[in-house]
Amino acid sequence: MANAAQFCTFFVDGQLFGVPVQQVQEVIRYQEMTRVPRVPQVIRGLINLRGQIVVAVDLRRRLNAGELPEGQLPMNVVVRTVDGAVSLLVDEIGDVLEAQEESFEPTPETVTGAVRTLIQGVYKLPEHLLLILDTEKAVNGPDLEPALAGAEA
Amino acid sequence: MSDEIVREFLVESNENLDLLDREFVQLEKDPSHERLAGVFRTIHTIKGACGFLGFKKLESVAHVGENLLTKLRDGELTLRPEITTALLQMVDAIRQMLVQIDASGAEGERDDAALIETLTALLKGVPAAPPIVLPPVKKVVAAPAVPEQEGVDRPPAASIGEILIKEGAATAADVASAIRIQSEGDPRHLGEILVERGAVKPQEVVEALRTQQVARAAASDSSIRVDVVLLDKLMNLVGELVLARNQILQFANATEEAAIVTPSQQLNLITTELQEGVMKTRMQPIGTIWSKFPRTVRDVAMSCGKTVRIEMVGKETELDKTIIEAIKDPLTHIVRNSVDHGIESPAQRAAAGKAPEGLLSLRAYHEGGQVIIEISDDGAGLDAEKIRRKGIEKGLITAEQSLRMNERELLHLIFQPGFSTAEKVTNVSGRGVGMDVVKTNIDKIGGTVDVQSKPGTGTTVRMKIPLTLAIIPALIITDGGDRYAIPQISLLELVRLEGEEARKRIELLQGVAVYRLRGRLLPLVYLNRELRADPSTPRAAIADAVNIIILQADERKFGLVVDEINDTEEIVVKPLGKQLKGVKTFAGSTIMGDGRVALILDVLGIAQSANVVNEGRDRGVNEKVAPGASASEKMQTVLLLKCGAEGRLAMDLSLVARLEEFPREVIERAGDIEVVQYRGQIMPLIRIAETLKIAAGDAPADPSAALQVVVYSEQGRNIGLVVDRILDIVEDSIVRQQPAQRSGLLGSAVIQERVTDLLDVAGLVRAANPGFFKNAPVSQGF
Repeated sequence: MANAAQFCTFFVDGQLFGVPVQQVQEVIRYQEMTRVPRVPQVIRGLINLRGQIVVAVDLRRRLNAGELPEGQLPMNVVVRTVDGAVSLLVDEIGDVLEAQEESFEPTPETVTGAVRTLIQGVYKLPEHLLLILDTEKAVNGPDLEPALAGAEA
Repeated sequence: MSDEIVREFLVESNENLDLLDREFVQLEKDPSHERLAGVFRTIHTIKGACGFLGFKKLESVAHVGENLLTKLRDGELTLRPEITTALLQMVDAIRQMLVQIDASGAEGERDDAALIETLTALLKGVPAAPPIVLPPVKKVVAAPAVPEQEGVDRPPAASIGEILIKEGAATAADVASAIRIQSEGDPRHLGEILVERGAVKPQEVVEALRTQQVARAAASDSSIRVDVVLLDKLMNLVGELVLARNQILQFANATEEAAIVTPSQQLNLITTELQEGVMKTRMQPIGTIWSKFPRTVRDVAMSCGKTVRIEMVGKETELDKTIIEAIKDPLTHIVRNSVDHGIESPAQRAAAGKAPEGLLSLRAYHEGGQVIIEISDDGAGLDAEKIRRKGIEKGLITAEQSLRMNERELLHLIFQPGFSTAEKVTNVSGRGVGMDVVKTNIDKIGGTVDVQSKPGTGTTVRMKIPLTLAIIPALIITDGGDRYAIPQISLLELVRLEGEEARKRIELLQGVAVYRLRGRLLPLVYLNRELRADPSTPRAAIADAVNIIILQADERKFGLVVDEINDTEEIVVKPLGKQLKGVKTFAGSTIMGDGRVALILDVLGIAQSANVVNEGRDRGVNEKVAPGASASEKMQTVLLLKCGAEGRLAMDLSLVARLEEFPREVIERAGDIEVVQYRGQIMPLIRIAETLKIAAGDAPADPSAALQVVVYSEQGRNIGLVVDRILDIVEDSIVRQQPAQRSGLLGSAVIQERVTDLLDVAGLVRAANPGFFKNAPVSQGF
């Protein structure tokens, strides 16, 4: 078990994603959010995490995967980033999985779009493919910056 | 040797060095014996501690300095600028060594031979014709125990010699002779000399040192040093406590259970007091940064051949530590800039008919919950024309734009990145950090910077700084179903317009909504449109009630229209995540009593994005006098009333306690006068139209309509003046033209281009209700 890594996994639009467990602060159920006007749709709002205010990033919107069905509430995966904690809104939480380094492969060339830019690679698990999310990229980038039109000087 | 002792030594020595910086500069102006003696003691303390801790290099540098000072103090040498410079260099050398000790625990490899040589040369140098003459030296009053000593150090606490004599460890003669040896140039300590000569046992010296320490400590018993990290932690905890308190209060307000209401009120009071207390521990006088400026000014002035005097007013003004730290660099930059670029050379000053010595004055004071810091110089001032050219040259503005800019806007160009007017880059400023960095840093803490300048007479940079950043009072409002907090600091007043008023009082000017606030046009900004870029028509056109929050941003007033105004609350400011930093509309976030997050609106950001700040160019709040009005005419704010068919009346607004509406059903009679129950009192009503015998209007008054009442209050008693309609509040210069034609009036004047009767409120009340005034009547108002 020398080269195994543990991942906190979750589902977004039927696809299994993973984040190294060390980067995950906690997983909590849906929280009331405060909308933030004038920011991109990807930012769903702000949540109160025991006195700490955390930005919630909607991974479905980030991956251009469409909205969750009506009535279904997303879960929060709170990850630590260089700029503090950020919550990732996901459909469903999976198990903590262990993956061997030998089963890792870079993202195939044919995968394009938002997913390609946000994942570091793929672990081939016996039953699933586990996409490893690059949390820094997921919570940064031009898609999250306030639109210029909305914030004119 | 424990780290703790070294740490204490470092902190204490650094403070002492700061003190020396100031004192040396002061010495040049006031070379009094007391001041010299003070400086001497400070150096001596540092030297003593170095020796004790075994920092030999440090000690040797301090020792030459001390010797030099001894000569100065004893009048053998006079203070010349080069001596001050050398002594300041010594302070710098010591400071560098302290940094080294702090980092590595040792003095490191330093060669201060050159400095020591300079100091020694000055020490031996035959005093040239002294530019500064020392006052006659007063002899140090010798302690009775050691009568022979002269010119020997006298530390604030009892000297080690005195203690040794008092405890019987050494004889006065031994101490005296040791002191003599010391004063002949032996760098060792008194104790060391005594031990070497076998006069005392080492143990006795150690004990005497301890006694001395205790004596010194007693003087500073009332204060302790606390790690800032601990204070920060306390502040965070208090912040959490405030939030918890808010939640409990919200819950307690919903119940009438005494068991919860009483303790929650108690909790409220204690939390508030605790919060104030913790905030106070973090407050520091602005003098802590200013104290470095005399040295800075001297150095900069010397290096560019100028002489500059510095004046400081309001040193004791306190600010939160984080703010003090945030404004330190910007302030230093402005000070350097003022001396380097603002103040002219002595020759230029003489040519301009000014005193050769420039003046830099710093002023700090509280104003409206903020601290104002002003840095003024009496230099050449900023040249708006030069700034305009430079701005065009640097591509910051186009030539066309520049023509439309007023002087204030031109001056503000200096805060733009990439702007520097210095014609030659000196070693003092022009290092790539400019006024733009100053502005950015001040903006970051929610402050503002402004610059005013008069060519030939000087420049003033004015900063407005919030007192604290952590917990602030805020107005909570709702818009579009979401709550927002508005820092109370930018709030001026609240206006609510209902029904008819809402439709009529908001006017459109080229599609821009404006409101007449006491006769002046106030631009309105609709929060829903700012937040959602919603281009729909202003809601004023359809809503029954409009809430206007009158805010001040960057010297401009504007009205923010919101759905609902809730309450004021103390909020704990939390920073926004990195993802939201770019949104100018929000200054931060906070957690409300119910645990939900609310965004804090950035008033300046909203004003900028709504173009209030840029466009309202000529609507400055300071512009009070209407064009054409001579300054001698007094401006007065009056309430305009309508009574009867033709009655147009004005009364001084300062006489108005409140404006009220009463439904007709609440009117009762007491004797033969009409009264209403008002705030626990029986308030008599006076119908102005009847009292003044003004003919009733053509249209009979609607019997079901509410009564419009102006409440006038005198010595805690109220009286209601019934009018037909409140017309307006205007500010105007009121000139009484017609004398009074009937009692109850003072005369007539032209207000808003219409003849208006001036109401004699006191006379009217006396006529209608003679019993109201118990004592002398109040002022007439006009």
